[in-house]
Amino acid sequence: MTETSPILALSHVSKSFPGVRALHDVSLSLYAGEVTALIGENGAGKSTIVKILTGIYVPDTGEIKVNDQTQQFGSPRDSWGAGIAAIHQETVMFDELSVAENIFMGHMPGGSLIDWRETKAKAQALLARIEADFDADAKLKTLSVAQKHMVEITRALSHDANVIIMDEPTASLSRHEIDELFRIVAQLKAEGRAIIFISHKFDEIFRLSDRFVCLRDGEKVGEGLTKEVTEPDLVRMMVGRPIDQVFPKRDIPLGPTVLAVEGLSNATEFADVSFNLRKGEILGLYGLVGAGRSEAMQAVFGMSKPSAGRVIMNGQELHIHEPIDAIQAGISYVPEDRQEQGTFLPLGIRENITMASLFDHVRRFLLSHRSEQSAARAVGGRLSVKAAHWEQALGELSGGNQQKVVIAKWLATKPKVIILDEPTKGIDVGSKAAVHDFIGELAEDGLAVILISSELPEIMGLSDRVIVMHEGRFAARFERGSGSGALAWSAEAIVAAATGAPVQERAA
Amino acid sequence: MSVFLKYREWVLAAIITSMVTGISLYAPAFGTFENATGVLNDTAFLFMMALAQMVVILTRGIDLSVAANLALTGMLTGLFNEVFPDLPAFIYIGVALAIGGGLGLINGTLIALLRIPPIVVTLGTLAVFRGMIVVIGGGSQVNTSDMSSTFLSFPKFGFFGLSSVFWIAGTVALLAWFFLSLTRAGRGLYAVGGNPVAARYCGISLPFQQILAYTISGAIAGMSGYLWVARYGVAYVEIASGYELTVIAACVIGGVSIGGGVGTVAGTLLGALFVGVIVNALPVMQVSPFWQMLISGAVILAAVIINARAEGRGLKLILPEARRAAAQAKR
Repeated sequence: MTETSPILALSHVSKSFPGVRALHDVSLSLYAGEVTALIGENGAGKSTIVKILTGIYVPDTGEIKVNDQTQQFGSPRDSWGAGIAAIHQETVMFDELSVAENIFMGHMPGGSLIDWRETKAKAQALLARIEADFDADAKLKTLSVAQKHMVEITRALSHDANVIIMDEPTASLSRHEIDELFRIVAQLKAEGRAIIFISHKFDEIFRLSDRFVCLRDGEKVGEGLTKEVTEPDLVRMMVGRPIDQVFPKRDIPLGPTVLAVEGLSNATEFADVSFNLRKGEILGLYGLVGAGRSEAMQAVFGMSKPSAGRVIMNGQELHIHEPIDAIQAGISYVPEDRQEQGTFLPLGIRENITMASLFDHVRRFLLSHRSEQSAARAVGGRLSVKAAHWEQALGELSGGNQQKVVIAKWLATKPKVIILDEPTKGIDVGSKAAVHDFIGELAEDGLAVILISSELPEIMGLSDRVIVMHEGRFAARFERGSGSGALAWSAEAIVAAATGAPVQERAA
Repeated sequence: MSVFLKYREWVLAAIITSMVTGISLYAPAFGTFENATGVLNDTAFLFMMALAQMVVILTRGIDLSVAANLALTGMLTGLFNEVFPDLPAFIYIGVALAIGGGLGLINGTLIALLRIPPIVVTLGTLAVFRGMIVVIGGGSQVNTSDMSSTFLSFPKFGFFGLSSVFWIAGTVALLAWFFLSLTRAGRGLYAVGGNPVAARYCGISLPFQQILAYTISGAIAGMSGYLWVARYGVAYVEIASGYELTVIAACVIGGVSIGGGVGTVAGTLLGALFVGVIVNALPVMQVSPFWQMLISGAVILAAVIINARAEGRGLKLILPEARRAAAQAKR
C-alpha cells in the first residue's frame, strides 16, 4: 500500500462532557483499502470516536477532514453524505420490514412515490455483490444476527460509503459466520474502502487489520502497523499505568465464608460458576461486556433459573426461585442501569426506599408508614439524599440523588451480600471516587461485596480477589498480592484472561 | 400517597364546585338537596367501577370488559334469584362478587400467564361475556316480575336520602384506600405499574399483581351487576353498553395515568363525580338529548386537558432554595 493522502483524518480532536474528559487531542488517519483496528479498554474513548465520525457528537476542538476537505458533521445525515457508515454492535433496524426496505430506509428510490420494483432490484444487486444467501424480500426478523450484519453492510454500500465503521461486529457471531464476515471485509478492502474495526479479540485484530490505534483514558497511546507488534505489546499499551495507586485499598480483616456458589450453570449463558465469598471481602468479577457476569449473578439473585448448581449461605443451602427469596436470605442486587431498573419515579422517596423491604414494615398485616419513614430517614440520611421531604416524588430529584435513593433501597434490606453491577457506569470522575469509598465502607461494615465491573483500575483497586469470566466460564482467578499458587496479580494477566488468551503461570 | 389531596385534585375539586354553582344559578332545580342526593345515587355505580378500573390501570393495564361483566353477572344473579328467590340480599351480593371475581380471574390469568396484552384480552372477553348473556338468557330478559322482593328492595333501601348503592360505594372507597396505602399487595400495584423491571428486582411478582388487579376489578363489576339489575328491575344483553368508556374517562379525569403507577382514591372519586355532575346537569338544563352526548364528551375532553396541565411541567427540585420552598409548602 502506498502512502497516499488519507480518505479520512481526525486531527487533534477533543471532546468533554461535564466532569468527564472523553477524548483528548486524538488524531488518526484512514487510508483507502486498509483496515484500522481501534483498540482500548472499555471507556477508553472508542465509542466517542465512532459517535464523532457518525455525526452524533460534535467535537469541542479539532477537525475532521474527508479527502482533504474540512467537514462539519452536525447530524448523522452529514456523516452519511460524506460517505461514512457504521455497523453497530446490536443492530438497530426495523424487524417487521423487508431487507430491501431496511437497506433503503431514508433514501428509497423514486420520487414522492416509492419505486418498489427499483428498490427491490437495487437491493438484490447489492446483496449479490457481497454474495448474501438471502432474499431482498425476506423480513428482517427472519434473519440471523450475522445476516443482519450483512444487511447493514449492504446499507452502507447503498450509500456508497467509503469509510465503514464496524463496532464489535463479531461479538455474537459463530466461528463460521465470522469467516463469512471477514471474506466480505476483504472484498470491501479490495474495492478501496477504508474500514475501522473495533474488537476485543486479539486473534481477529491480527488476522484482519493493517494498522492499529490504541486509546487509553481518551488519549491516543500508540499506533502503527499491526504486523510490527505482538499481543503483549498491545495489552501493555491498553493497560499502561500502575493501577494499585489509584484507589487506596482499605485493610479489612476477612470473616467467615458467607456465600458459597457451587457449579451454577444454565443452558446458554454460563457454566460451572463456583466461588466462595467471605464477610468483609470484595470479590471483583471482571470480563468483557457480554461475558455472562451479570447473567450468572442474576441467577444467584433469582432473576433466572439455573439448570444446575447450589447456592449456600452461612452453611445452609438456599432454594431461590424468585428475587424475593434472595432478598429475604440477605442478598441484594443493584442493577447496572440504576435509573431504568431501579427507580419508581411517580412514587415518593419513602416508598422507593422501602420497596424491597416492605415485609419489615408490616405490623399486624398492615404497613406502618411511621416505620417506613424512620427507615427512609435512616438510610436516606446515611447516603445524604438531598430532598425537600421524604414524601417527595422521586422524579423531582436530580439524577445523582435518584441513584442514591436506589442504593438506599438495597441497604434498607439489611443485606449480608451485596452484588453491585457496574456501580460507576455513567458517573463522572468526582462521584466515582465517592462510590469507591462507599464500597470500601460497606465491606468495612461487614458486608460481603461482589463487584461486577468492566473497568480494570476499579476492579483491581477495590477487590481482594478477582475472578475473570470469558464466554460464560471462569477463565482465571487472581488474588491481591499474588499468593502462592494463584496467578500473579497483574493488569496484563487479567486483561489477557478476559480476552480469552491462554493463561500461563508467570515465573515468580 | 398523602391523606390530603394533591394539587391537581384540588384543581379538580375547584372545577366541580364552580361548575355546580354555575349550573345551579342557571337552573335552580339543580342546586337542591334532593337533586344533590339524586346525583350521588346515580353516580354511585361510577364511583365503584372507576375505583376498580383504577386498580387495573395502576398496573399499566386496562379492563374493557367491566361493563360486559356487570351485565353478565347481573343476568346470572337474576337467574340465581329465580331459582332461590327468598335468600337475604347479602347472599346475592356474595354470589355476584364470586361470579364477577371469577370472570376477572379469567382476564387476569390470560394476561399474566399467557402474557397477552390487556387491551386484547379484555376486548375479547367483552364480546364473550356479552355473547354469553344471549346464549344463557336465550335472547330474553329477566324482568321485575321474575325477581323476588328481597332481591329488588335492597338497592332502594338507604339513609339520609342516599341509597344503599351509595353507601356500598363509600365502603368500597374506604377499603380501596386502605388496601392501596396500607398493604404490601396494594403498594405492589404501584410498583409494577411505575417500573416493572425495578419491581421484579424488588421481589414483587408481576403475574400475582396482575391477577389480583383483574380479579378485584371483576368482583366489583359483578357486585355492581347485581345492584344495577335490582335497581332498574331488568336484566338483558344491552345493560350498561359502552359504560366501560365512561368508567375509563372518570379515571383519566381523576388523574390516573394510563402509563401506570399513578392514581389516588380521592382523585378517582372526584373524576367520577365530575362525570356524574355533567351527565345529570344536561337534562336539568334542558339541553336537547341530541346534543347531550356531544357536549358531555367535549366537556370531559376539556377537563382532561385542564387537569393534565395542572400537573405542572414536572421540573426537578435541584436548587437548595427550591427544595426549602417545597418543604415549607408541605408543612
